[in-house]
Amino acid sequence: MTAVPSGKIRVILPPHLRGLAHVKGEVLLQVAGTPSVRSVLDALEAAYPMLRGTIRDHVTQQRRPFLRFFACEEDLSHESPDTPLPEAVVSGKEPLLILGAIAGG
Amino acid sequence: MSGVRVLVGTRKGAFILTSDGKRQKWDVSGPHFAGWEIYHMKGSPASPNRIYASQTSGWFGQIIQRSDDGGKTWIQPGTPPGEPTTGPGGMPKGESNKFVYDTSAETGKPLTTHQWYDGTQHPWEFKRVWHLEPSLSEPEVVYAGVEDAAIFRSKDGGKSWQELSGLRGHGTGPKWQPGAGGMCLHTIVVDPRNPRRIVIAISAAGAFRTDDGGKTWKPINKGLHSQYIPNPTAEIGHCVHHIAMSRKRPNTLFMQKHWDVMRSDDGGDNWKEVSGNLPTDFGFVIDVHTHEPETIYVVPIKSDGEHFPPDGKLRVYRSRTGGNEWEALTKGLPQKDCYVNVLRDAMAVDSLDKCGIYFGTTGGQVYCSADAGDNWTPIVHGLPAVLSVEVQTLS
Repeated sequence: MTAVPSGKIRVILPPHLRGLAHVKGEVLLQVAGTPSVRSVLDALEAAYPMLRGTIRDHVTQQRRPFLRFFACEEDLSHESPDTPLPEAVVSGKEPLLILGAIAGG
Repeated sequence: MSGVRVLVGTRKGAFILTSDGKRQKWDVSGPHFAGWEIYHMKGSPASPNRIYASQTSGWFGQIIQRSDDGGKTWIQPGTPPGEPTTGPGGMPKGESNKFVYDTSAETGKPLTTHQWYDGTQHPWEFKRVWHLEPSLSEPEVVYAGVEDAAIFRSKDGGKSWQELSGLRGHGTGPKWQPGAGGMCLHTIVVDPRNPRRIVIAISAAGAFRTDDGGKTWKPINKGLHSQYIPNPTAEIGHCVHHIAMSRKRPNTLFMQKHWDVMRSDDGGDNWKEVSGNLPTDFGFVIDVHTHEPETIYVVPIKSDGEHFPPDGKLRVYRSRTGGNEWEALTKGLPQKDCYVNVLRDAMAVDSLDKCGIYFGTTGGQVYCSADAGDNWTPIVHGLPAVLSVEVQTLS
């Protein structure tokens, strides 16, 4: 892969959401403060407001039940959304993956 | 030169079928929103190039799309291109996808639970928009019927949505229960003479009407008889599948109930059965001829356990007497080994001089009759399962 600009977080969206956001490949996000799932999603929704409500509920901010968050081969879905992301994600070495929790449909 | 634009929502995207007034040669565009369920699309009668679409997914939730050029391009109304992506407080936009049940003190804090399948109370949970009904006269006004059952209204072209909470809060809500397809508000019919009169239907709560633009509502289920509920003539609890209004005679309503085809001549206050000689009175769709208020159409389905046409024959039934006396329309429709379903929002009529009738099937066919049902031809026959069909008559 090409070099990641310093301070940017890599996010891989599921195909349906890439289409909705009109992006191809990974999304690179500048995240304020300590990167966590919450702050990454805040930055993602600010850059791509059409994704608001598609990953977490508009009001409760709860993760939608059929989506999961992974990074560095770890499932982060049940961590607190404020837990700092792994250093490999912060450094841009690894992406944060947002995945559909079940196949088919 | 007149023409028609048929808006087809499917399990895996939207399709737009266009033709001239002859309705013989068709252009097909799509899939739009490929891979997403498109529960419903409908054009604004006041501004026909404006089309609203409900794009939804069990994974990703609800998206509202709008086109202002007849379906060539689409936007989410809350995030139009070229505008800042954040609002005044720095919060991201995206309000057009936000359907939040009203619990405000100003509108009476409508109740927050309904009856679950097992009889316990269950909180209202928004799942999707089943039906979008644009205002007949105001392009910026559009209604949305949602699951779990409620009606929302947008007055800004779909940018933001507010619940008309008097429906959920009028009193019978705690007794409402989901049907097999969920507790959905699937039908919205606006009286062309009086836009403050709106009739809606919910599976499996029944039909309701407002006469004051959505502030107050009342059940209109008198005359319905449903053997599958504890009190077959209860005020609410009937599984209404669809309601159609005669545009020429708006007090006349026709209903396809779970079982039974019904009619009302007093805006829904009283209903009587008009199933007559139908081979089965189970079904989903019902519609009215644009110019003949006593000519109606249904597609009989074998039963609630067997969602396909009787005997494997796809037949539209037409009554020219407002019900009771029905004739099978078969020319051009498969009369052998056909086991598709026709879902509740998947029939429409155009308003050309020779009324066109359209319907879509779960097998991906969309049929058109350009002569009020006498002859049918498939416009397309390989789409994903069809969820909804609407037609616009263009001048």
